[in-house]
Amino acid sequence: MTTATPPLAPHAERAPARPGAGKPRRGVGAVVVRLALLIMVLLWTIPTIGLLVTSGRNPEVVASSGWWTVLSSPLDFTQWTAENYDTVLNAQGMANAFLNSLVVTIPATVIPILVAAFAAYAFTYMRFPGRDFFFIVLVGLLVIPLQVAFIPLLQVFGTIGLVGTFPAVWLAHAAFGMPLAVYLLRNYMQGLPGEVIESAKVDGASHFVTFWRLIIPMSTPALAAYAIFQFLWVWNDLLVALIFLGPGENEVVTVNLSTLVGTLGSDWQLLTAAAFITMIVPMIVFLSLQRYFVRGLTAGSVKG
Amino acid sequence: MLKAINALLAILAGVGGGFALYLILNWLVERLPGRWEDRLKPYIFIGPAIVFVTAFLVYPALRTAYLSFFDDEGEKFVGLANYVELLSESDFLNALFNNLLWLIVVPAGVVIAGLIVAVLADQLGTRSENAVKSFIFLPMAISFVGASTIWRFVYAYQPEGRPQIGLLNAVWTLFGANPVAWIQIDTARLNSLLLMVIMIWLQTGFAMVLLSAAIKNVPVETLEAARIDGASDVQIFFQVVVPQIWSTVITVFVTVLILTLKIFDIIYVMTGGEFNTDVIGNRFITELINFNNDGRASAIVVMLLIAVIPVMVYQVRQFRQMEATR
Repeated sequence: MTTATPPLAPHAERAPARPGAGKPRRGVGAVVVRLALLIMVLLWTIPTIGLLVTSGRNPEVVASSGWWTVLSSPLDFTQWTAENYDTVLNAQGMANAFLNSLVVTIPATVIPILVAAFAAYAFTYMRFPGRDFFFIVLVGLLVIPLQVAFIPLLQVFGTIGLVGTFPAVWLAHAAFGMPLAVYLLRNYMQGLPGEVIESAKVDGASHFVTFWRLIIPMSTPALAAYAIFQFLWVWNDLLVALIFLGPGENEVVTVNLSTLVGTLGSDWQLLTAAAFITMIVPMIVFLSLQRYFVRGLTAGSVKG
Repeated sequence: MLKAINALLAILAGVGGGFALYLILNWLVERLPGRWEDRLKPYIFIGPAIVFVTAFLVYPALRTAYLSFFDDEGEKFVGLANYVELLSESDFLNALFNNLLWLIVVPAGVVIAGLIVAVLADQLGTRSENAVKSFIFLPMAISFVGASTIWRFVYAYQPEGRPQIGLLNAVWTLFGANPVAWIQIDTARLNSLLLMVIMIWLQTGFAMVLLSAAIKNVPVETLEAARIDGASDVQIFFQVVVPQIWSTVITVFVTVLILTLKIFDIIYVMTGGEFNTDVIGNRFITELINFNNDGRASAIVVMLLIAVIPVMVYQVRQFRQMEATR
């Protein structure tokens, strides 16, 4: 959650191409560059490929040979099976956890966006006493460790019976994501053309109408960027889910997987299948919306 | 099936509740007489966001600081006893030391790996550059838990004589060495370093994206000028490029630093803090969940908070400067 980068400029795309710089080299230098990059790419992909391959292999072959041996006989279908996924989804509760993750993540993404968009609008277009003070507080809170909240919140949630329920995590995630959301959206809104808002005011539009009809549609790129951050963050979170939902009926995929790592030990075909199930949704979100994600990153950075 | 319907209902309730709140608040404000409407409306707009951070971050932070001076049940005042106890236990000091190692190795490792990819890929054609970057970037979508599982498998160990199914031991034994239970070797903190690799692997994509954008913004004229003066590529990089991207380097470094300070998931999944790999983020969970000791857990959080305060001050200062130049 670092903020020392310039705000997301609504209309600035990438820098224009620089003639001369970044042009492909020739000779020995080019070979070295390509080789170094190849090694990096292999290091960054092979571990994940190993996971994927192992999740589809029979237990006997997984225990007796490395996953890379499939390269010599990929078409030997006796080694492949879908049973690992079946076991993990049904016998180990991953299907249930998967639904829970959706229930946790979608509201925990939508609620802070909604709340933060209103606040960002007020911080950008309204004048009121305390505006700068409140915003500075939010900037300071960008880096606060979430752990500060756990003990008192557990006590409060405990007395009103919210521990282990979905609203507890929705509220916690919404609050923890709030400083970054307000910060990103406000910076974006400041870059929107002021004339549009002025003319809406002249036409007699209320703040609510201006906000809903003009600002929200114009802020889509920033809203999308934040939505992707928050979605990935909440889906991938272990800490908050462990504290407020814990293992059991309402557990999410990360909690389920961390329990399986402890109980299944070296049943690698099951662990890898479980891990892949936890990864599939963020991978799809990420790959399909990468453009927005990168834009958001270069604009405001991620939270921690 | 029933579960799926319940899930859908829960999602709708959570999302709908948020919308309803706003419509009601706004309706109320519009009923107010004109002068009051203008005065109150800003607070209705920022109100819920402020309530959220006050109730879920500011108040709990103060309350945690208060609880750190009390016993495990939060009932008896014990002064500084929690802090004194923690700081005199070798286990806790060990966790602090490991955290320090993480803070030294990981942010630097991430920045260096990210810089290498950004600089080298910049010399490829656009299409290969984008392909390379996507591969390095993809782990950003993987959770710490998922990545830990991936790497636990890479580090997997089987006793000598049995086939090594972990990639690292397979390569290691290829050269005739005996297989090693990597995660249990704390000589020279080898196991901690292997856990740090996971974090670097996950975060390099983030560093690469920011640094690559910064490198592409370096004006070509400055590079050309240096080239005409006869500077080598290495000189150009360190004396022309690095100074111009320095603020981005700092941003990446600080972001990863904060993330590393609170590192928990990787240790929780890989070792549970065993084999001398414990860190304070994991220690906090142990005190809170396993030992149910609110006082000590609070004291650990306060130490984390104190470590973050300089960064907070830095952030606010940076922000003020940015606003001033706007």
